[in-house]
Amino acid sequence: MASTRLRLASVFAVAAIAVGACSSTPSAPAGSGAAGGNDCTAGAAKGGANLQIPDVVAGKFNVAMVLIGPHDDGGWSQAHYEGLQYLCQHLAGSHVAYIELVPEGADSEQVFRSLARKGFNFIIGTSFGYMDPMEKVAKDFPDATFLHLTGYKSNGKNFGNFFGAVEDFKFLAGQLAGSRAKKDGNPKIGYMATFPIPEEIRLGNAIARGVAVTCPECKIDVRFINTWHDPQKEREGAASLFDAGADVVFTGADTPAVADVAAEKGKWAVTYDHPSSCSKDSCLTAPYWIWGPEYTRIGQQVKDKKYTAGYEYFDADSKAMGLYGFMEGQTPQKGIQDLPQADVQNVKDTLAKMLAGQFGRFDVFAGPIKDNTGKELLPAGQKLKQSDLDQFPPGAPGSECSVCMYWWNQNITVPLPKLS
Amino acid sequence: MDLGLILAGGIASGTVLLFAAIGEIFAERAGILNLGVEGMMLMGAVAGFSTTLTTGNPWIGLVAAMTVGGLLALLHAVVTIHLRADQVVSGLALTFLGTGLARVLGEGLANTNVARLPAFTVPVLSNIPIVGPIVFRDQSVLVYVGFVLVPLAWFWIEGTRPGLHLRAVGEAPAAADAQGIGVYRLRYAYVVLGGVLAGLAGATITLAVAPGWFGDQTVNGRGWIAIGLVIFARWNPIRAAIGGYLFATITPFNLGLQGVDRILGFENPFLPGRSATFFLDMLPYLFVIAVVILGSRQAARRRIGAPAALGIPYVRGERGR
Repeated sequence: MASTRLRLASVFAVAAIAVGACSSTPSAPAGSGAAGGNDCTAGAAKGGANLQIPDVVAGKFNVAMVLIGPHDDGGWSQAHYEGLQYLCQHLAGSHVAYIELVPEGADSEQVFRSLARKGFNFIIGTSFGYMDPMEKVAKDFPDATFLHLTGYKSNGKNFGNFFGAVEDFKFLAGQLAGSRAKKDGNPKIGYMATFPIPEEIRLGNAIARGVAVTCPECKIDVRFINTWHDPQKEREGAASLFDAGADVVFTGADTPAVADVAAEKGKWAVTYDHPSSCSKDSCLTAPYWIWGPEYTRIGQQVKDKKYTAGYEYFDADSKAMGLYGFMEGQTPQKGIQDLPQADVQNVKDTLAKMLAGQFGRFDVFAGPIKDNTGKELLPAGQKLKQSDLDQFPPGAPGSECSVCMYWWNQNITVPLPKLS
Repeated sequence: MDLGLILAGGIASGTVLLFAAIGEIFAERAGILNLGVEGMMLMGAVAGFSTTLTTGNPWIGLVAAMTVGGLLALLHAVVTIHLRADQVVSGLALTFLGTGLARVLGEGLANTNVARLPAFTVPVLSNIPIVGPIVFRDQSVLVYVGFVLVPLAWFWIEGTRPGLHLRAVGEAPAAADAQGIGVYRLRYAYVVLGGVLAGLAGATITLAVAPGWFGDQTVNGRGWIAIGLVIFARWNPIRAAIGGYLFATITPFNLGLQGVDRILGFENPFLPGRSATFFLDMLPYLFVIAVVILGSRQAARRRIGAPAALGIPYVRGERGR
């Protein structure tokens, strides 16, 4: 038996080496240009069973990013990863590292704690469910600065929050989708939401309000898939909406799966997060993120010890977001080209106003607002407050809301999700 | 909610579970437990996908996937049959190895598109009322391969002479050896066959039912569900197929239910935020846990018909085996 044990041990050793080798393989920086002095090959690590925390480089400004999906997911996480690369190239003396596939909740607390203990100066967490763990860890490591998105908490010292009004761009994409559905003679739009949280309700309502501009008779169907990143489930969620008759389906999750399903069914999709998610002809457009300049700006503040942790929320004029096919140097997707000229022109004009800072999230959510039970929430001429956009009733202490983001726009056909 | 479309989708994604489970049934009927299904599926998925990407031909990708699955299983076979290592440990190591390797080899494959295997409608059969459109319309060629494989596998195991030898090797290897059946040879063959089918299951995901490479979320635990299915099916390919189709229907069904306001006059308990939704999502995993616990108890195992020599290395001439 002894020799069997020995053999077994050697098998284990081989397996362990193979697995270990995987997690320490540094990933090539995806899609980044020439590095400006810094070595921007980000130290990489993966979450899960064999988690490794990357190392800091002494004497550098060390930045760590925690991602919920893989850094090359073609969506949410990739957009952040490219933002990190941008920061590295534009912020002198910085060193960057990332950890991908880190689950939300208690598991992530350990990751943030370890990063802070290793001595990272600036730690970025990029998913809603990292909020409470980051808040806890920030309290224990006052010398490190924590930046979280997307959430609503801040401790005013070293834990700040940060997000942008992508509802502006969902509103525009909603107009395009409505125009498409009207032209196809199938006035049904689908919205695949992730979790029942204010952000997802807000984005759904922004889409619905956009749809109403170009297609007043259109109805919107919704599915919640309870995940940010699960390609299989995203496929099934999209299929469920198409099978229920939707002409265009929006995704709130990370991957381009929705466009694949649309192509199979001969329908249309609106992807999210990253321009490369909209590569298929079935994709109409994609609201997407350009994180680099914002990360560099905040990174510089942190480095200079001038950062004030709070709740930052930027609008379209920050240039940190785009609408695929409509930004400089891009051409509209195939599904846009045969739409009524007036609809497309209106989107272009509104986009120009947004980028110039003349049209923002409060204009998307301007009265009159009616919910899908027929109740008038806001009369014409009035606008919602920030807390109405990002809080469930009654609102977190300090940001109490009066209308609150717990309603569906009148053209959405499903009941509201129940809150626990 | 269109039940027909949901079932058609379930049959497509259930084919993945079907291949993996039947592969595992072959290995286990020969007496070798292989817990490396998840790893083999991931390697099959990445091999099939990247080969198709370079050659442009999904059929070559399919062959590559099956080869890679078979090779990984061969590793398990050498370790457990020849070196007589613990089958559970070796299988788990195989899952780690396969998962890690697939992740490295799949680096940069996300966001790429490949040609997929053809889908078609079977002319006459698709006109059968109700069943026809669900089962025979616009399905991938691999779905039809699955339909053929299930009865074949069942007949091979239960109705043929080589199948009798297979069962003998898994139930009473010493007696089979005495009859002149090559126990080692057969065990190697069926473990490798199991790997080939696991590789095929992986390629079914990336080349047919859910094309694309998404890291280890491509397979996302379905290898483990296949292992649970084997016990649930009591080592019978037909029951495994039914179970696979059922499992794969749960999530789409759950999502479809969200579009329904009232069921039989009551408020739909499966609307978003209601706990019943989470219960349905949880079912497959709960089920696997329950079945694996049941299957790990010696007495229960015998009662549900596990191969008697499952998990026990065979040494010629050693007593009490």
